[in-house]
Amino acid sequence: MSDPSLPGHSVSEHSASGPLEGHAPGAHGTLRSYLVGFLLSVVLTGIAFALVMVPVLPREANVAVIFTLAAVQIVVQLVYFLHLDRSLEQRWNVSAVAFTVVVVGILIGGSVWIMINIGHQMMPPTMSSGGF
Amino acid sequence: MNPVFGKLTLEAIPYHEPIIMGAVAGMGLGVVAVFALITWLGRWKWLWTEYLTSVDHKRIGVMYVILGLVMLLRGFADAIMMRAQLALSYGANQGFLPPHHYDQVFSAHGVIMILFVAMPLVVGLMNIVVPLQIGARDVAFPFLNSLSFWLTFAGMVLVNTSLAIGEFAKTGWSAYPPLSEIAFSPGVGVDYYIWSLQISGMGTLLTAVNFLVTILKMRAPGMDLMKMPVFCWTALCTSTLIVASFPVLTGTLALLTLDRTLGMHFFTNDLGGEQMMYVNLFWTWGHPEVYILVLPAFGVFSEVIATFSRKPLFGYTSMVWATAAITFLSFVVWLHHFFTMGAGANVNAFFGIATMIIAVPTGVKMFNWLFTMYRGRLSLQVPVLWTLGFMVTFAIGGMTGVLMAMPGADFVLHNSLFLIAHFHNTIIGGVVFGMFAGFNYWFPKVTGFKLHEPLGKAAFWCWLIGFYVAFLPLYVLGFMGMTRRLNHIDNPDWRPWLLVAAAGAVIIAAGIGLQLLQIAYSIYKRDELRDTTGDPWDGRTLEWATASPPPFYNFAEVPAITGRDAWAAAKEGGLARQPAGPLQDIHMPRNTPAGFLIGLLSIGLGFGLIWYIWWLAIVSALAIFAVLLWRFFDEDTDYFVPAAAVAEIEGRA
Repeated sequence: MSDPSLPGHSVSEHSASGPLEGHAPGAHGTLRSYLVGFLLSVVLTGIAFALVMVPVLPREANVAVIFTLAAVQIVVQLVYFLHLDRSLEQRWNVSAVAFTVVVVGILIGGSVWIMINIGHQMMPPTMSSGGF
Repeated sequence: MNPVFGKLTLEAIPYHEPIIMGAVAGMGLGVVAVFALITWLGRWKWLWTEYLTSVDHKRIGVMYVILGLVMLLRGFADAIMMRAQLALSYGANQGFLPPHHYDQVFSAHGVIMILFVAMPLVVGLMNIVVPLQIGARDVAFPFLNSLSFWLTFAGMVLVNTSLAIGEFAKTGWSAYPPLSEIAFSPGVGVDYYIWSLQISGMGTLLTAVNFLVTILKMRAPGMDLMKMPVFCWTALCTSTLIVASFPVLTGTLALLTLDRTLGMHFFTNDLGGEQMMYVNLFWTWGHPEVYILVLPAFGVFSEVIATFSRKPLFGYTSMVWATAAITFLSFVVWLHHFFTMGAGANVNAFFGIATMIIAVPTGVKMFNWLFTMYRGRLSLQVPVLWTLGFMVTFAIGGMTGVLMAMPGADFVLHNSLFLIAHFHNTIIGGVVFGMFAGFNYWFPKVTGFKLHEPLGKAAFWCWLIGFYVAFLPLYVLGFMGMTRRLNHIDNPDWRPWLLVAAAGAVIIAAGIGLQLLQIAYSIYKRDELRDTTGDPWDGRTLEWATASPPPFYNFAEVPAITGRDAWAAAKEGGLARQPAGPLQDIHMPRNTPAGFLIGLLSIGLGFGLIWYIWWLAIVSALAIFAVLLWRFFDEDTDYFVPAAAVAEIEGRA
């Protein structure tokens, strides 16, 4: 990720060992962890597809389940493909993800709240047009 | 459609409009004059190696500042045309700007002033100052920094091209649908708007990533976050805001593009489109954007007021937390830009109260600056004048803002000139004054000589007085019911105020003229104004610890930090500029033309997309990709400056 000692990046405290030091430890997963991540992703995606193709659940529940599966899949990919964990090297990345979750929560949650509210204000129940 | 030229025909050049052609000719002559001057001085090679291909943060910062100042002239020309139009266009007199032209002028004014004046000045100062203040040799990703600048440059070129070829958006700077949809804006104006923002916005986003990493990873040893200069804190918070908010703008404009070019219906009136969603998304970016601009200005004032009061900043910790609080709060207030859109009382009340709360951390900052001055030995030099002017002006702007944060009051004042007066009050009084304070303050650091003091003071007084004369009448006009974006009036009660406002614009023009004169005269008199110490203001932070202009590696030895105001502490302890030990080799990035080339190709890409010249867009995109590949496989991107060479530059050989 943002290792400043990679070539082309100046370093404030440059080490005499030369510019090519490679990645920080733990930056790569193993074949096994990639396979696990891949299989989990396939299964999670497969369930979502199946729920749409064979709608066994009522519509609202279906939507809720699919959104949940999507959220779980984000976590799976962050952990298995982007190697997010509780180690010290990942601390900034974890902070960044936490920040993203907060901001996305504010922006999406706020937008949904605003738009539903506006829709509610502007479309009395007697009118049956579509829209938000 | 023509496969070679797309929508572009000779008709696109507005040769029957004398005002536009005059402006185009002026712009063209300016460019030709600059080119001729460079050729006459034989400086093309120098320009190429020292600036165009440079990855040095100081050089890139200088280019940002120049870009911002040049575009200030363009944006101000738009402003004074609007004020002149409204002074003339009364009753039977229609003025000199017909509606379709006037609409382009106010749209261009907004876009240019926010994105091509304020942003480049802010980013320029960040570039020049942040690495020096944290004791770094450059930013974390020097090539990316160069790329960011040239993308901003490409956006700027596209905006200016719209003057000569085609038209600019007639939608206002926010480009709300359905007006900005293809049905109501069939021309290329909105496309110019979209692509100049997309390309320059990409540059801004990359800058923010760069500065986040730089500030978090590259501080000199011993400089904890809570020992950083406040300007670096504001740069950090601004970068955070950019990273979080600019992708929203990119996405929103991408959806608008899909509507316009591929016949989709995200924001159209019918077929499931929801134009109110655009307004919502636009301001989820737009509100953080104004804090992106003003936070670094707060940082500049903090540095200036501490330096010229000769004491540490009062309440450093509360200043940092106030900055962080504003950063967070700026994400939960965006709805106050559209209280009138029809949300219910709960929603409006939430966002109204959140907006008012922002006044609290801002007030904390105000008191910190006041208490810094209290019992300090304030010397009233130009950067201080701008700071004092800011404190008074911004306080007024803040109060009118809190007034409008009440949804009830906003229903009366929305879209009126009161709003226009308010946001100019905060953006000019906050951002512009801040950038001018920073410009005067750090100019000697960059060039090695100070700016001429009396001319700087004269420029300040013209700006300050001109500002009040130009914008206080707009508050009155707002209360009298005059709405924004009018190009003609019939109401006799409004007219005197508009004449006063026009006079104010003329006073500001005098201020800008004096600033240009100040720069030119200072360059002419540079030997008299020269500063050989590197520390002309008796500064407190690390950028004053190195020579002016700083060597390209910034510091011969990376400074070790033990507390805040590291340079002031070093001077008090008598440790200033004492060699810490034998010099070492310095690791530096190599210059590269890749950023410059991608910038030029982005102009082609944008132009092709705007005019539907698909071959140009495809060729440019492929070429950008090719340059990127070439850059990615270039292994020779850095080098070591031998210790002996450093010693020679430092005069320690």
